[in-house]
Amino acid sequence: MRPFVYEQPTEISTAAAMASRFTRRDDQPTRANAQFIAGGTNLADYMKLGVAQPDRLLDLNRLADPGLRQIRVTDDGIRFGALVRMGEAADHPDVKRRYPVIADSLKLAASGQIRNMASLAGNILQRTRCEYFRETSWACNKRVPGSGCAAMEGFNRQHAVLGASDACIATYHGDFAQALMALDAIVHAEGARGARNIPFAKLHRQPGDTPHIETDLAADEIITAIEVPAIPWARRSLYLKIRDRESYAFALASAAVALDLDGDGVREARIALGGLATVPWRAGKAEEVLQGKPLDEHSATIAADAAFADAVPRQHNAFKTELGKRTLVRALLETRDMKV
Amino acid sequence: MSQPSALSATGLNRRSFMTGTASAAAAVPLLGSPVKAEAAHGSGAELRQPVVTSLRINKQSYELSIDPRTSLLDVLRDHAGLTGTKKGCDHGQCGACTVLVDGKRVLSCLSFAVMNGGKEVTTIEGLASSDGALHPMQQAFIDHDAFQCGYCTPGQIMSAIGCVNEGHAQSEGDIREYMSGNICRCAAYPNIVAAIMQARDETKGA
Ligand SMILES: Cc1cc2nc3c(=O)[nH]c(=O)nc-3n(C[C@H](O)[C@H](O)[C@H](O)COP(=O)(O)OP(=O)(O)OC[C@H]3O[C@@H](n4cnc5c(N)ncnc54)[C@H](O)[C@@H]3O)c2cc1C
Ligand code: SF4
Ligand code: FES
Ligand code: FES
Repeated sequence: MRPFVYEQPTEISTAAAMASRFTRRDDQPTRANAQFIAGGTNLADYMKLGVAQPDRLLDLNRLADPGLRQIRVTDDGIRFGALVRMGEAADHPDVKRRYPVIADSLKLAASGQIRNMASLAGNILQRTRCEYFRETSWACNKRVPGSGCAAMEGFNRQHAVLGASDACIATYHGDFAQALMALDAIVHAEGARGARNIPFAKLHRQPGDTPHIETDLAADEIITAIEVPAIPWARRSLYLKIRDRESYAFALASAAVALDLDGDGVREARIALGGLATVPWRAGKAEEVLQGKPLDEHSATIAADAAFADAVPRQHNAFKTELGKRTLVRALLETRDMKV
Repeated sequence: MSQPSALSATGLNRRSFMTGTASAAAAVPLLGSPVKAEAAHGSGAELRQPVVTSLRINKQSYELSIDPRTSLLDVLRDHAGLTGTKKGCDHGQCGACTVLVDGKRVLSCLSFAVMNGGKEVTTIEGLASSDGALHPMQQAFIDHDAFQCGYCTPGQIMSAIGCVNEGHAQSEGDIREYMSGNICRCAAYPNIVAAIMQARDETKGA
């Protein structure tokens, strides 16, 4: 691991100023000299592997603002402080009751120990687990721009079938992000030049020609909170995660679904897909297919076909298109049948 | 490996006190002069500055002068000499390194030791009471023969205590799900689950 200087700012503004001082304006957060650390479960791992090489680590855990550690429920929705730990949010009674899809997505992620360590902001910013990205001897456009992509012709069983480009096919592996995507969450960020709100759907960037640009954040911007609007019918929501083993594994395919039903008819459907795409993935076409229709196996299958109409399979991950469709159909029907 | 002079269980020794003041002084001018970002790379000397960290491990105070890269796991094993906590994968994938920090189970391999300043760390060595009586979870693992080679066992026991404290050991299924972060190469899983249920019932309300 590269040596680094360790800093413990206590104010958000100081942390942002430090980051700004030690980075160039156009540095990506993941390539900047100074980087933030929260739980460390993603960043420490990548520093050990030599994938991340900050020479200054700004520990966010000493920031004084109590809002960073709170879950607040209001008439407008729910606000998660950025430093709230995954396990805490998964066990929160209001989260479980009002937004089961959020609680499930967190509960089914990682392990008990990691959920105690990992922050919600760190979770949504976790970087891909692409094996060629993790091992620095391989060519990887995300890690070293312009070096090529070893996964393209390599063992790409876990890679993305949606949202990929000729430069990168790495999957976004997070689970919580799919729930936030489906529920139209907003991310609050504060940087050296001020604060702003980012719609969750705009936070992550598809790889295109620049897979090393992973998010919309600047290197000095700190996520302070994640806000989910009040959606009374989100009580009818769930997260279905399909993996190689029953627990403690990343998704091969997953679906976050929330349904507003009128009898069996769909007033509104919210669908996001995980384990299948390069970014948190909203399945807008599938939602449109279902709107105003009765939800049964037939309509769910048409919706799933629409969701994967643009899927591009590679040598080892072709099974994911079918797996993804079946995952979505099952998630839709299980959500329909929920007793709320 | 640890230098004996870098570690003192009683308080600051001379060497760590001196490095402590040096790194504190280096941190002050941070926001002062507007240096260009390009010039602001950590300088070689600054990067190699040890950091003084105060840790509480098993109710003992430690002042350590360490390279910030040191994981909590390496501090426990190599600096504090507490080798009960095991290194399996060193990447968050196996659970062998599980310890309690402020009562919560965490992975010591993915935590930089400097991030644990002022916190209370409990390792497998800190469980038995001073008269040598084992913690109910340790005894339950023995009663149920919940291990073979024993390499994963300290992590399993620490994780199990965390799991019960979290209230996630209600049923066998619960235990299997919430203990899935601890891998056992010898597959002692059924006996581990049985041990946790016994200890859970014994410690209820304790
Ligand atoms: C073995 C293993 C299994 C896992 N399984 C799953 C799984 O099944 N599902 C899943 O979703 N995840 C899984 N994870 C990933 C895990 O959830 C993430 O590592 C974790 O959520 C990251 O949070 P953190 O606080 O530790 O982030 P850190 O490692 O501290 O940070 C991650 C990134 O976010 C940045 N960052 C952190 N906080 C902020 C902030 N407030 N503002 C701006 N930038 C910030 C950091 O600079 C860094 O780039 C797994 C991880 C491991 C090691
Ligand atoms: S898929 Fe993306 S992350 Fe993986 S090797 Fe290719 S460029 Fe790198
Ligand atoms: S050594 Fe920490 S999880 Fe394996
Ligand atoms: S007892 Fe051998 S690894 Fe678990």
